[in-house]
Amino acid sequence: MFFSYFKDLVGREVTVELKNDLAIRGTLHSVDQYLNIKLENTRVVDQDKYPHMRSVRNCFIRGSVVRYVQLPPEGVDIELLHDATRREARGG
Amino acid sequence: MSGGPGLESLVDQIISVITNDGRNIVGVLKGFDQATNIILDESHERVYSTKEGVQQLVLGLYIIRGDNISIVGELDDELDASLELSELRGHPLKPVIH
Repeated sequence: MFFSYFKDLVGREVTVELKNDLAIRGTLHSVDQYLNIKLENTRVVDQDKYPHMRSVRNCFIRGSVVRYVQLPPEGVDIELLHDATRREARGG
Repeated sequence: MSGGPGLESLVDQIISVITNDGRNIVGVLKGFDQATNIILDESHERVYSTKEGVQQLVLGLYIIRGDNISIVGELDDELDASLELSELRGHPLKPVIH
């Protein structure tokens, strides 16, 4: 369910916070079944502290290390999510 | 980065990998699989510290298990050439805590 939800967000600007406390902002390029995320035009939020990604513009983030994905408010359709979660709870 | 969600588009390109224990390894992507296990050729590690510039350690041919990978970045040649690594300081990355 979240796979298709994220697919709808492709092209939006998101911030991905990782489980190593690194936060990366960029345009959502694609997602796959593992919720691995590809971002374009990336920048690390605290780049002075963590310059490791200074020469990286596009990146692949492994789904297993994602803690949060911060979405643009206009990308969140609460009604749609309500319906989808209810459907899921009912078992399809 | 063109193509679909996988790493196909990065094969034979220089990539910058960040591992779960906070290491940064740069090399040419030669192969990968479903679990994000990757094969890196001509790789080296970049060691960041707040006290001195970035140190580069030659590693050679490396296989990294997917479980241990956080980020695979496409290294931009121009941006990378513009970096003065010996002058660059940075905090070591924290390890991933699941």
